[in-house]
Amino acid sequence: MPINQSDIEKVAQLAHLELAEEELKTFAPQIAEIVSYVEQLNEIDTSNVEPALGGLTPEGEKTDTSRPDEIAGSLGQKVALAEAPDPASGHFRVPKVL
Amino acid sequence: MTKSERNWDSMSRQTVEFSITAAEKLNEILNAFLQIDRQGAIRRAQEIEQSGQAGPLAGIPIAVKDNICVKGMQASCGSKILGNYHPPYNATVIERLAKAGAVVVGKTNCDEFAMGSSNENSAFGPVRNPWDTTRVSGGSSGGSATAVAAGIVPVALGSDTGGSVRQPASLCGVIGLKPTYGRNSRYGLVAFASSLDQIGIFAREVEDVARVLSVIAGRDPHDSTSADVPVPDYTASLTGDLKGARLGFPRALFGKGLDDEVKQSVESVVDVYRELGVEIVDVDLPSAGYAIAVYYIIATAEASSNLARFDGVRYGFRAEDAPELRQMYRKTRAEGFGPEVKRRIMLGTYVLSAGYYDAYYRKAQQVRTLIKNDFLKAFESCDAIITPTSPTPAFAIGEKVDDPLAMYLNDIYTVTANLAGVPGISVPCGLSSERLPIGFQLIGPYWSEPALFKLSHAYEQARPFLERPPISAS
Repeated sequence: MPINQSDIEKVAQLAHLELAEEELKTFAPQIAEIVSYVEQLNEIDTSNVEPALGGLTPEGEKTDTSRPDEIAGSLGQKVALAEAPDPASGHFRVPKVL
Repeated sequence: MTKSERNWDSMSRQTVEFSITAAEKLNEILNAFLQIDRQGAIRRAQEIEQSGQAGPLAGIPIAVKDNICVKGMQASCGSKILGNYHPPYNATVIERLAKAGAVVVGKTNCDEFAMGSSNENSAFGPVRNPWDTTRVSGGSSGGSATAVAAGIVPVALGSDTGGSVRQPASLCGVIGLKPTYGRNSRYGLVAFASSLDQIGIFAREVEDVARVLSVIAGRDPHDSTSADVPVPDYTASLTGDLKGARLGFPRALFGKGLDDEVKQSVESVVDVYRELGVEIVDVDLPSAGYAIAVYYIIATAEASSNLARFDGVRYGFRAEDAPELRQMYRKTRAEGFGPEVKRRIMLGTYVLSAGYYDAYYRKAQQVRTLIKNDFLKAFESCDAIITPTSPTPAFAIGEKVDDPLAMYLNDIYTVTANLAGVPGISVPCGLSSERLPIGFQLIGPYWSEPALFKLSHAYEQARPFLERPPISAS
């Protein structure tokens, strides 16, 4: 089923994007075209194929990624807040939630 | 800057000053840099000079794509949503470069969050190709490719998710390497598609790429995907000895959609290798034709998840006049992201949404397995595979901007290496009739960087690419 404007509106909601009417009009046919292009994969029989797990090499999969459970240094409150758009009293302040 | 103009052992302040002056002077034309750190770079160069510290890259000026964190400098990712963000730490590759004595002179322009093949998706304007400023530099690491091509710096870093180092390298006439997945740490690289992203290297000479990879490669506890595989001295592989080497030629990829001049140029590279004693063997990559479709499902799905963190709370831009939290998220992201990033976030959200996961994402990961298997099989009969890097030379700025699918097809030769996790290198092999660079690509098995360096270095010695662009620092 081809993607229409109301599908795009739903997806934009899920993605936390507020789109203008004009953007919806541009994006809907573009995304529909890309989706129909990627649907060429349906030509391939993959019933006996395992999905890939990322780009990991065999050596990468074997690499031990665990570390000792020890307390290490961190950024600290001051540095962590230094780039925040609205820091307040040592916290990230946001608009009201409800 | 070529080898004759510099000496790796005795560079520092003068060389760094040369780079900064060139960057400042040419930026009005090329728009390759988003930040040039004159004071900081000269201070670091002086420190290195005074300390007498002779690291392997002592005093080498280097440009860094603006999605890799350098402490004290900006990291905008070419996006308004990060804008003036200054990360509080260095990426691991930057730590390693600094220890080796390299000096970061500036942050380079790129497509927003590394999404694009032309650099036109930067919130700060496109980078211009130094060979023809009406043409694109390629993308997404276009600023880094241009900075090296124009002789501003000898080396630059980029990131390559689907070809974002190799394709601009090809369009600008420089070398570009995407290493094996897991070769470099990505700690401090702003994530786009985590199963594909790798930090890559631009230079004018293969030897310089090898030197830099020897410094930045290796396991890093901060990145669980970095593999515990020993790092050799990659310059030791530049022996010129191609005895017994076998190069795979995937004939089927030299057909539809490939520009005639690019085809002829890359086929003549095959002849050069034959003259150098390399055995040319036919190989087949039957699933390669599906790579773009697979890529645009996997990359957008991962991007939609990675870019969820940009919400106006902890860093970067926050939209005004949004009195409620969710409204603030939506407005911030609507005003902060450009059209291509929004398009990809939505595509990724769509393919991952309830009921579609199996049809798109799982299917794509299955076809990805087939693409990987194609390579494993091909490498049973050869040491590397040769392809064009890009189907055409640099196209005009604005030419493909309204047709996202046409733009995606630029990556047809490069995305397979990211999907399979194998390394690829782009090497310049001539100019088109319009004097635009053409590049060929070598793709090798996992951890075959020494073989790629050996093969590309031998070509470089046999057919040095000595042409320089009209916009150039020297």
